[in-house]
Amino acid sequence: MSRDHQRNNAPQEQSRRDILRGAAALGGLALAPGVTLHLIGGEAAARPADEAVSDTHRWGMLIDAGKCGDGCQECVTACADENGWDPDGKLPTDAQWIRKIDLRDPKSGAERTLPMMCQHCASPPCVDVCPTGASFKRADGIVLVDKHTCIGCRYCVMACPYNARSFVHEPLTDQKAHAPRGKGTVESCTMCVHRVDAGKQPACVERCNDAAGGAMLFGDLNDPTSEISKRIATYATARVRADLGLDTGVYYRNI
Amino acid sequence: MAMARITYREIDGGTTYWSLLLGLSALVLIGLGSAWYMEHHGHIVTGMSNRIVWGIPHVFAIFLILAASGALNVASIASVFEGAAYKPLARLSGLMAIALLIGGLAVLVLDLGRPERLIVAMTTYNFKSIFAWNIFLYTGFLVVVMAYLFVQMEPTMTRHIKAVGWFALVWRLVLTSGTGSIFGWLVARQAYDAAIMAPLFIAMSFAYGLAVFILVLMAACKINRRPLGGALVNRLGKLLGVFAGAVLYMTAMMHLTNLYAAEHGGVERFILADGGVYTAAFWLGHIVVGCLAPMALMLSPNLRTSRLLVAVASGLVIVGAIAHLYVIIIGGQAFPLLMFPGQEVSSSFFDGVVAPYSPSLPEFGLALGGVALALAITLGGMRVLRFMPQSLADDDASPAANQSPA
Repeated sequence: MSRDHQRNNAPQEQSRRDILRGAAALGGLALAPGVTLHLIGGEAAARPADEAVSDTHRWGMLIDAGKCGDGCQECVTACADENGWDPDGKLPTDAQWIRKIDLRDPKSGAERTLPMMCQHCASPPCVDVCPTGASFKRADGIVLVDKHTCIGCRYCVMACPYNARSFVHEPLTDQKAHAPRGKGTVESCTMCVHRVDAGKQPACVERCNDAAGGAMLFGDLNDPTSEISKRIATYATARVRADLGLDTGVYYRNI
Repeated sequence: MAMARITYREIDGGTTYWSLLLGLSALVLIGLGSAWYMEHHGHIVTGMSNRIVWGIPHVFAIFLILAASGALNVASIASVFEGAAYKPLARLSGLMAIALLIGGLAVLVLDLGRPERLIVAMTTYNFKSIFAWNIFLYTGFLVVVMAYLFVQMEPTMTRHIKAVGWFALVWRLVLTSGTGSIFGWLVARQAYDAAIMAPLFIAMSFAYGLAVFILVLMAACKINRRPLGGALVNRLGKLLGVFAGAVLYMTAMMHLTNLYAAEHGGVERFILADGGVYTAAFWLGHIVVGCLAPMALMLSPNLRTSRLLVAVASGLVIVGAIAHLYVIIIGGQAFPLLMFPGQEVSSSFFDGVVAPYSPSLPEFGLALGGVALALAITLGGMRVLRFMPQSLADDDASPAANQSPA
């Protein structure tokens, strides 16, 4: 019966579809300059809001520590600006979604510096330990926290090998609409999921390329033709705590 | 069995009872006030941070949860292993298991960043998480122990005691394995990530639960002027000494295994040699006070065991337990994550350094509130139901034993 119903409504559906198509075309025309720019600037294509995330893409980053400037904090401030956390906070209770780590080899004295944040593991320990499933991994590899089901137990903070997660210790004001945060819940780098879904690059990557050494590259690890895949195939790269077998989405060079 | 003659009676509701209940209630209120203060202002008012995410409340909560499963051992020995001397104590053992678990869980829940979302934790599960399993193991434990108490206290049901006792024993072993695995399954942390955490926690629960049980039993008998046989106390004391030895053995094996692997050299040096308060808590608190001293007091053949010594040994085990859990929980987090082995690491997020931690007053308030809640439930339970035998004098409780108390 429902099939008949569908069949009877077919012409009506058709015309509705035409209207929607027209509206989409108009909208597309209005958005075209911006979208074109993003397609040239990066590799990400905008995902329609009503389309489920798929595992066609695996978003990742390649960070070249050789190009990362000593004392440069551009990626950190870009992330803080974008997501509304205080980059100047230096108390152990302050949130830090991304931070610069300085390394020194005590034997050779060699020094390097690199940004550290959520490594968006394919097998994330934070997701494994979360009792409510608030810590979750999207099909495209981005690891997130559902702020509505996080009970604030902090087990994920214990489990993360990268100290990538922060617990919100105080009431918050002036939050960004696209990056909701909440006192008593855990948060971390979202790989700027709101930007990625809109076909843009994460804020840190964009800023590093615009204002710093261009050490960060964002792209689709599943696409062998993407710049990030090509570079990973060409150069020796490393992943932090690769021994844990977590298959992180963030790769490093020159560390 | 001869034990069928044991008469149980509610404890009297005299001045001592009411003053104790009032004092414990006041502590519970302080605990609730502390929790409210922490939730209102956020965890900024605690000593906890992004590096030390679990603090004093967790030390006490896990102590109570371990003691809960350990307290049930007395009942298990009686009904599963047919230790006749322990039979009169089985009911109190069950009551304390429930009370201690509720106290521990209350602390854990009230420390959550969003405690009002407990309903989320009860309805949304990720079954890969041992935490999610523990929610079932803990709530299930309460039901199993209540059933265990029911078959003990309902005369028509006593034939089921052994079967339910077995079930409760297995449940509590799984439960404590789950508690240990909270740490044992943390792959990233040098101080954890060890299968021995589960059996270590089981040994710890044996010792801690029995120590708390002995002290509560002594206090309950003293307050109610009910006789408590010296032989029974000595028997419990000897068992406590053996359990303290088991904890010492598990601890030794864990650290020796770690010392053998070069990759764990850093964390072992931190805990065993240059970790400051953690090293002191480990050697003095855990090893000397919590294991060696009670073992010497309870197992030395040259020392005449007395009621006082058993009480002292129990107190030492509890002090050592808090020190031990402080080292495991806080020390394990304070030691920095090893992200770049062999490199000197520094950042604005306290990478590469030992994380600072000074517990705040509300943390202690919440923790002590949980302890008080457990004791208040035990006390109230003994008043309203027949948990306590009329007499635990050696002739009444265990005719075979005839050692005299000091």
